[in-house]
Amino acid sequence: MSELTHLTLAQARDALRSKKISATELTKAHLNAMEKARVLNCYITETPELALDQARQSDARLTEGNAGPLEGLPIGVKDLYCTKGVRTTAASRILGDFTPTYESTVSSNLRQDGAISLGKLNLDEFAMGSSNETSAFGPVISPWRRHADPEAKIVPGGSSGGSSAAVAAHLCLAATATDTGGSIRQPAAFTGTVGIKPTYGRCSRWGIVAFASSLDQAGPITRTVRDAAIMLRSMAGHDAKDTTSVDAPVSDYEKAVGLSVKGRRIGVPKEYRIDGMSLEIQQFWDQGVAWLKDAGAEIVEISLPHTQYALPTYYIIAPAEASSNLARYDGVRYGLREAGRDIADMYEKTRAKGFGSEVRRRIMIGTYVLSAGYYDAYYIRAQKVRSLIKQDFDSVFAAGVDAVLTPATPSTAFAQGEQGSSDPVEMYLNDVFTVTVNMAGLPGIAVPGGCAANGLPLGLQLIGRPFDEETLFSLASAIEQAAPKIEYPRPWWA
Amino acid sequence: MSEKASAKYLKGATGDWEIVIGMEIHAQVTSQAKLFSGASAEYGGAPNDHVSLVDAAMPGMLPVINEECVRQAVRTGLGLEAQINLRSIFDRKNYFYPDLPQGYQISQFKHPIVGEGMVIVDVSPTERISVGIERLHLEQDAGKSMHDLSPTESHVDLNRSGVALMEIVSKPDMRSAEEARAYVSKLRTILRYIGSCDGNMEQGSLRADVNVSVRKPGEKLGTRCEIKNVNSIRFIGQAIEVEARRQIGILEDGGVIAQETRLFDPGKGETRSMRSKEEAHDYRYFPDPDLLPLEFDQAYVDGLKAQLPELPDAKRARFIEQYGLPPYDAGVLVMERVSADFFEQTAKGRDAKLAANWVINELFGRLNKEGLDVAQSPVSAAALGAIVDLISSNVISGKIAKDLFEIVWSEGGDPAEIVAARGMKQVTDTSAIEAAVDAVIAANPDKVEQAKAKPTMLGWFVGQVMKETGGKANPQAVNDLLKRKLDV
Amino acid sequence: MSVDPSVVRRIAHLSRIAVDDNEVSRLNGEINAILSFVETLSSVNVEGVEPIASVLPMQMKKRPDVVTDGGIADDILANAPAREDHYFVVPKVIE
Ligand SMILES: [Mg+2]
Ligand SMILES: [Zn+2]
Repeated sequence: MSELTHLTLAQARDALRSKKISATELTKAHLNAMEKARVLNCYITETPELALDQARQSDARLTEGNAGPLEGLPIGVKDLYCTKGVRTTAASRILGDFTPTYESTVSSNLRQDGAISLGKLNLDEFAMGSSNETSAFGPVISPWRRHADPEAKIVPGGSSGGSSAAVAAHLCLAATATDTGGSIRQPAAFTGTVGIKPTYGRCSRWGIVAFASSLDQAGPITRTVRDAAIMLRSMAGHDAKDTTSVDAPVSDYEKAVGLSVKGRRIGVPKEYRIDGMSLEIQQFWDQGVAWLKDAGAEIVEISLPHTQYALPTYYIIAPAEASSNLARYDGVRYGLREAGRDIADMYEKTRAKGFGSEVRRRIMIGTYVLSAGYYDAYYIRAQKVRSLIKQDFDSVFAAGVDAVLTPATPSTAFAQGEQGSSDPVEMYLNDVFTVTVNMAGLPGIAVPGGCAANGLPLGLQLIGRPFDEETLFSLASAIEQAAPKIEYPRPWWA
Repeated sequence: MSEKASAKYLKGATGDWEIVIGMEIHAQVTSQAKLFSGASAEYGGAPNDHVSLVDAAMPGMLPVINEECVRQAVRTGLGLEAQINLRSIFDRKNYFYPDLPQGYQISQFKHPIVGEGMVIVDVSPTERISVGIERLHLEQDAGKSMHDLSPTESHVDLNRSGVALMEIVSKPDMRSAEEARAYVSKLRTILRYIGSCDGNMEQGSLRADVNVSVRKPGEKLGTRCEIKNVNSIRFIGQAIEVEARRQIGILEDGGVIAQETRLFDPGKGETRSMRSKEEAHDYRYFPDPDLLPLEFDQAYVDGLKAQLPELPDAKRARFIEQYGLPPYDAGVLVMERVSADFFEQTAKGRDAKLAANWVINELFGRLNKEGLDVAQSPVSAAALGAIVDLISSNVISGKIAKDLFEIVWSEGGDPAEIVAARGMKQVTDTSAIEAAVDAVIAANPDKVEQAKAKPTMLGWFVGQVMKETGGKANPQAVNDLLKRKLDV
Repeated sequence: MSVDPSVVRRIAHLSRIAVDDNEVSRLNGEINAILSFVETLSSVNVEGVEPIASVLPMQMKKRPDVVTDGGIADDILANAPAREDHYFVVPKVIE
């Protein structure tokens, strides 16, 4: 049975099509693995009955020969996606027992294509965090362990930490995730998985709990580049219910996987060699450059001069949008309500109890930077700097660069409690390489490149032109082929 | 300052005071669906029935703009002779209130869809003023909280939540309650002509926030108070009067006006402070990241302009020019598009002044009495036109015409046929009239004597002859005959 | 720029989040740490730069004026913490 969970999404798909396996047995294998892995806390809500029911339907369709592209493939869904009839929490107390009467467009697209949902994956509360430690449902433990202290509980990254850990621990074939400042790519890098944040507008945001509307984007986390391409094709598409989604055809991304990258121009931004970057990360980055060069790509040094401002800009814009997006959690129409003397007291008590400390902090920062007297100095200035950050990329791409290569994170994963407990900014620095991509609305992919000396995986990031996800899949698969194969941890938890 | 302006000053203990008034009108856009969702914008409905997941601000919901609301805002802007902005931005106005599900209202703050414009207002038959329009922007309405269903709880219905409003902000160009009333009335007329708002104040389709301040003539603007949600034109006038008096009273007692939001209580005839709005607001406006800028091209605007109906000012000018109507009559007729249309149908190919008289005096008078509007008139334009024809061709007298109008009003039917069937035709046969004249003269020898000394007695004889002929005698012929026979 | 406890309380109130005295001093420190982190933006030359309006060079699509939604009061109220008939119920709002 356990071999079934070790198939890639593509392998499982082919095995289902050739009737070597059934969707029901594939689903059962995953449900079984999930049951044994509860200590990792990847899933907030497991939906075994629903999954088995969907598996039966898939088996019927596979037999009838009208299977969808993802027919019978069990996946996990980040608990930020609203799912009809299944509790959706955003990993927050404030949503209480919220059960949507509707299904997010992206999860609905996946279901439409035949995917089976195993349950709802843990995350940082409202997707605010980089270690999955802010979840009201407790932290997720990465399946990875450090050589030096194997007992330390390693974080899976965040905010899509349930997604990355579940994929790395083989508790689903693939997972949906979302990325506002690095929430797909950083956890992918921390867990040796592949994560792509597509171009802003490529996936519909409808039905996904909003964090920062101008930055949020859905994407998959998988174990291979091919699997990511398969997933994204089903997730992406225009949605009339989201006017920021783009009305352009979705490519068959899988075809881009394995394509030659000969002659592609890869930019290496000098500003990403930040102060205090470890030698190991620098060497790892150089190794990535060498792999692409060996594959025939042309390497050029580039400059993205406003890089250093991306993270501060993010920490104005994202909280500002969040402070407004999270105003709807007021105890009136759904979710938690704490009794109060009057309506204002009810609001204040509900929101104080319902939101965790990181969320409260960000709401307050966002409120402050939008408030009278500070709006121009903070918010407007940040939006101007954001224009400059985007222009940096525009000029690099205009000069003929096809993609930019950087490390995905400034370090490997850390253990619970090691970062951010005394200074929130320390945790924010995790997103230093990923956040520029959200600022400019570009596609970015994190692909594993091996492990560091401490035994934990390292990821490289490729940043592409708007809507040119195909180039990213080609380049990422070139790295995947050149890099040492990721050996996912044996199930020490089972 | 002209004499007219000084006539509007309020007398205080310390001299004259000038009222300065500006208005924010919230006009509900006529549309099937809401501004950002596909739920019905219709008034009423069972609680929370006209509500989509978007209107209830469920997690993950996104706004999608209704093209009709954009079209109506642009058309309205054109009707206000205003600057149409080809690019505008939707902002979020953030505040907490139970009938505001998102925790913010989507509105337009820095970059509205319509900029500066102007409205010509007829304050009286002899006075016109122009009121500047500051801006018009699109925004969402809020839901409704009901506070009287329970002593400890409020009940929230989101049917109105997300309905499209146009907020039309005037410049502080009005100087009296009368001007303010006339402005709202004119604005309402324009909106109804364009068809962008039904103007129904009872149902809240048109709501006015009135900014009032007072100053000594020639001095700089005083501190203003905003009177919220005044829901009839009459109350607007009353609210302004009492608020201005209140402010003058305070100032003359040496006090200062606190800038605040007030509520008009028509029962008590006073305005009072709205304590719930006292807390200083910080709305934290910022561009809504769920919506791209609202953009269209000049060709779109030009297309809408070309299809705009004739607006009241143009129609009024045309009625004066084309039909030779007095400006006052023309003004009355163009107040409502249906009235103007009714008049034009009635007047077509006829004596337009006579038609105008009949439409304004008889028809409107009667409709008013019965509380009906023009569309509900039991007398059609064709029938009224036929009555006018019968008068013009001397078939019936004006007096008989009034009887005929009553018959058509209550029984319907073709006026010419009624006249024929009921023998209402005017008698023009001189011999028949002469017989009646002779009979009256013979029966009243004393009055004949009097008439010779006092020619105004002629009127009495005319009345008697008309009585004798059942009102059908041609009054001119009666007059002529009497003059000859009495020798006056 | 930095904030003091009174500003922290004001922001908390604007955000409708109850804070106790201990929290105010902790939040004060954290908020100031974040504000000093973003302070670096004041050194960027943004003269003549337009604030970004959208990362996408595309026009906003509009919806036709057709009623396609509503009539789902049961769904709308399905998760309500308190309701009566088809109304949401909240503690009394004093006008
Ligand atoms: Mg206003
Ligand atoms: Zn308004």
